Amino acid sequence: MRRDEHKLFYGVDRITILIYALLVIMGWLNIYAAVYNEAHQSIFDTSQKYGKQLIWIGGAIALATFILIIDANFYTVFAYFFYGFLLLACIAVPFLGREVKGSRSWFRFGDFGIQPAEFMKFATNLALAKFLSNENIEVENSSRRTRLSDLIKNYKNTIFAVAILGLPLVIIKLLQDETGLAIVFMAFIITLYREGLSINFLLFGLLSALLFVLSLVMDSKTLIISLSVISLLSFVFVRRTRKNVIIVSIILAAASGVVLGTNYVYEHLEPHQKTRIDVLLGRGTVDLKKEGYNVNQAKIAIGSGGFFGKGYLQGTQTKYDFVPEQDTDFIFCTVGEEWGFLGSSIVILLELTLILRVIFMAERQRSDFSRIYGYGVASVLFFHLAVNVGMTIGLMPVIGIPLPFFSYGGSSLWSFTILLFIFIKLDANRLLILK
Amino acid sequence: MSKNAQLADRKFIIGGFFILVALIYIFRLFYIQLVDDQYLKDARNNAFRHRTEYPVRGYIFDRKGKLLVMNAQSYDLWVTPNQVKDCDTIAMCEILEIDKKEFLKRMKKARQAPNSPRKESIFEKQLSPAVYAALQEKLYRFKGFDVQSRTVRKYPRPIAAHLLGYVGEVSKEKAAKDPYYREGDYIGVSGIEKSYEEALRGVKGVQIVMVDVNNKTKGRYMNGMYDTLAVPGKALFSSIDAEMQEYGEKLMHGKKGSIVAIEPSTGEILCLVSNPSYDPNLLVGGKLRAKNYAMLQMDTLNVPLFNRATQAMYPPGSIFKLIDALIGQKDGVLKTSTVYPCHSGYPPMGGKPKCHAHPACDLTHSIQQSCNSYYSYVFRSIVDQPAFPKFKDGYQHWRDAVMSFGPGTKLGYDIPYEKPGNVPSVKYYDKVFGTNGWRSNTIVSLGIGQAELTIVPIQMANVVSIIANHGYYYVPHVIKGVGTEKKLDTMYTRKHYAYVTDHQIYENVIDGMQLVVESGTARTSKIPDIVMCGKTGTAQNPHGKDHAVFVAFAPRENPKIAIACVVENSGFGGTYAAPIVSLMVEKYLKGKITRPDIEKRMMEVDIINNKNLIPTKHH
Repeated sequence: MRRDEHKLFYGVDRITILIYALLVIMGWLNIYAAVYNEAHQSIFDTSQKYGKQLIWIGGAIALATFILIIDANFYTVFAYFFYGFLLLACIAVPFLGREVKGSRSWFRFGDFGIQPAEFMKFATNLALAKFLSNENIEVENSSRRTRLSDLIKNYKNTIFAVAILGLPLVIIKLLQDETGLAIVFMAFIITLYREGLSINFLLFGLLSALLFVLSLVMDSKTLIISLSVISLLSFVFVRRTRKNVIIVSIILAAASGVVLGTNYVYEHLEPHQKTRIDVLLGRGTVDLKKEGYNVNQAKIAIGSGGFFGKGYLQGTQTKYDFVPEQDTDFIFCTVGEEWGFLGSSIVILLELTLILRVIFMAERQRSDFSRIYGYGVASVLFFHLAVNVGMTIGLMPVIGIPLPFFSYGGSSLWSFTILLFIFIKLDANRLLILK
Repeated sequence: MSKNAQLADRKFIIGGFFILVALIYIFRLFYIQLVDDQYLKDARNNAFRHRTEYPVRGYIFDRKGKLLVMNAQSYDLWVTPNQVKDCDTIAMCEILEIDKKEFLKRMKKARQAPNSPRKESIFEKQLSPAVYAALQEKLYRFKGFDVQSRTVRKYPRPIAAHLLGYVGEVSKEKAAKDPYYREGDYIGVSGIEKSYEEALRGVKGVQIVMVDVNNKTKGRYMNGMYDTLAVPGKALFSSIDAEMQEYGEKLMHGKKGSIVAIEPSTGEILCLVSNPSYDPNLLVGGKLRAKNYAMLQMDTLNVPLFNRATQAMYPPGSIFKLIDALIGQKDGVLKTSTVYPCHSGYPPMGGKPKCHAHPACDLTHSIQQSCNSYYSYVFRSIVDQPAFPKFKDGYQHWRDAVMSFGPGTKLGYDIPYEKPGNVPSVKYYDKVFGTNGWRSNTIVSLGIGQAELTIVPIQMANVVSIIANHGYYYVPHVIKGVGTEKKLDTMYTRKHYAYVTDHQIYENVIDGMQLVVESGTARTSKIPDIVMCGKTGTAQNPHGKDHAVFVAFAPRENPKIAIACVVENSGFGGTYAAPIVSLMVEKYLKGKITRPDIEKRMMEVDIINNKNLIPTKHH
């Protein structure tokens, strides 16, 4: 037994590794299909993306092995260090990195590039886990709040936690102008919820989003009148105490504020973000040759796949470049077209299984740090899955984030690998620690 | 820990939410991949291009296997506008001999619907060999331009233009009506090319090629599993004898008119000459055809595009007497012994119609002498015969009998734009003269093939064919076999009977026809060793000199050829029409000419330009 503890794979969750390997292999096959052309058939051709991806995969395996070798305590101890270091890198990259296709988020090394923002995810997750696992900290104290100072004191930890995830979000958005990379940090709210954040915050967020969408597709006057009617009707179910009346009034006022604010926010969005929202909601006239092109072509590629798909390397839409970004953010189109409903469902279910497995593993941790970190992993993976697949099938606005383990790209593959394997290591270590 | 235990239930909410989202996505996938098929259609529109493969048009052979029509390669210049980059417009314009304005106009056209910047469209059709050579050399410099080959018609012998017809671009109306054609496709416009279009054209093939987003070809869809091969057009085996046709056209040189020869035993048309004619090679190729067509159309003096053999309607003149003689005998109002007086004209009408001086004659000699008076009697005896108390019924009977020989009807042969000729109806005369304003004597000149009666040269030949066959004909046709199996429509193998079918009645008339050539109005056209039976005619022409007509068949026993010839504005039939026919018959039956002097004369006479070498005789 004692000797086993020193083995590399001691206690490592095999199911997770298996799903991870499956996704990476399937991802590579689809990158090969998306980039495939008759002229370059050698899979080791590093001038082609599938050749490069092989190198990235090799790197990922090395990274994973390295992570499993290192003592688990390393991640706990250096959590804040990683966070700080990468945050600095994120700040530095717009000034030191080379601009690639208008993007200021890359450090370039010859043909290869690294996006520090991708690695910010695991660092943030580590920092959040470290902060929240502190014995004395609880997200949202449930004790009675009577005075404003109490309120601030009780919510101080929540605010601090939100700051940990908000800082990279703001920096990446403002300095690098990478909405996709930035918005991912919102996923950690799910972790906060698991650790005690009131569901009201999530509901408020969801409701705001719903109202935002509604006020874009509906007339705002009609919407506010409808909301008022709903508020009045709510007293059928809620006792008309003074307190309840005030609460409902506040909710109604806030909702109306969101409705009225929507147009203001919408008008202040960047043009391409506006059109992405318009495309998603079918607002106004969408020109399928211009702003609607990506999403329409993506849907065409997936929709034409049928049940079994067109067969490997037989996809006409993806292979012949009708779908833009088909090897990175729109990789799911290749899956949909060539593997059909069967293949795309399997990919979604595999990703879902991995995420649920991670949740399951998180719940079996003795250490709060490991559990919180696990939820962070699940949240980030889920967020990527939902947004990435959602945009290709027209259920989400186009936000350029990759499909975990699937999309082409070294930074995203490595960052997901690090994110996941730190958790695998923490999980493998769970039996060795008391708490 | 207790705190954690309290919150641990949230894992179900989180997990449930994740599962819910995944299920919504799978349901959405189910919808767009399996329920809504619009995406599949869009995908095909995106990546598939249906490329037409044009079949090779069928060849046409003459009755001896000589090529009449074949194909030659022609080259079109195509352009894909959005692939055109840094085009040296000036160089291109120089090669194509167009100006910059025209160049820009064409580029604009190639961009606009139904063309598209992403699709190929024709920039210049049928490049001349010189332009093709110049372009081919420099094509690499013109990105987005491409030369593609197509086949066009080629005529190894410049003969039979009217008969063969030509191939041109399909009209917009036709393309809209017939799903086979698309604008820009070729179609037979006239002649055999038109009537046998479906056999000749073959079947277009379709290649489904896949293209990428830049419209670059990426190969065949499913390795060509759903492609259809072009089926080449069928060869046509014509009954035309190229040598005869060529010879006939030579003989008709300098004359307006036509020669039609038919093999009586089959109805096969041996030659169909219409002059003035043109070299069919003139009407090949887009630009060239348009130019030449306009030129031919503008020649209003010679009207070279007019097919006289099937469309020119002439009064038949004296050849019509043969039909009268047959009907009269059949109705029992005329016997071989019947003799009618002639005093240089028809006595009951005060000498009208007029006739030339000759002794009174019986049936045989009335044909030999072509007596106008005799056939005025015959015509009236048919119309006024006792079997029909009302003369109008008699006239109707005569008209029906005449039409059973072809005049006034469409024979249904395989050359388009058939003209029926005219045999006036009772109704017509009622209208002209009033219901009670006419009698048989009013219209007596019908009996000698004059007045409103008109007939087309091919019908003349068919009438002689009926006589040679003693009472029946096959629908004349120029194609005797389609495709390698040489199929022939059964409508050409069915006998059509004329009103008169009695052998002896024909023999009586043929006796007279033999005398016409031996010692009658066409005695100068006697062919050594061949018994030819014929009849001269003069078709009245109110606009100028009369048209000469001669019809004949030969040999008398087992006839091989029935032939009609019209030479416009040449007066009496024996002068030109009969010698030309005799030369044609001799050429056909013997394969050589034994009377070179006549041949030389006939070829040299240029009536159109008034170079008449023979003094006109009047009979």
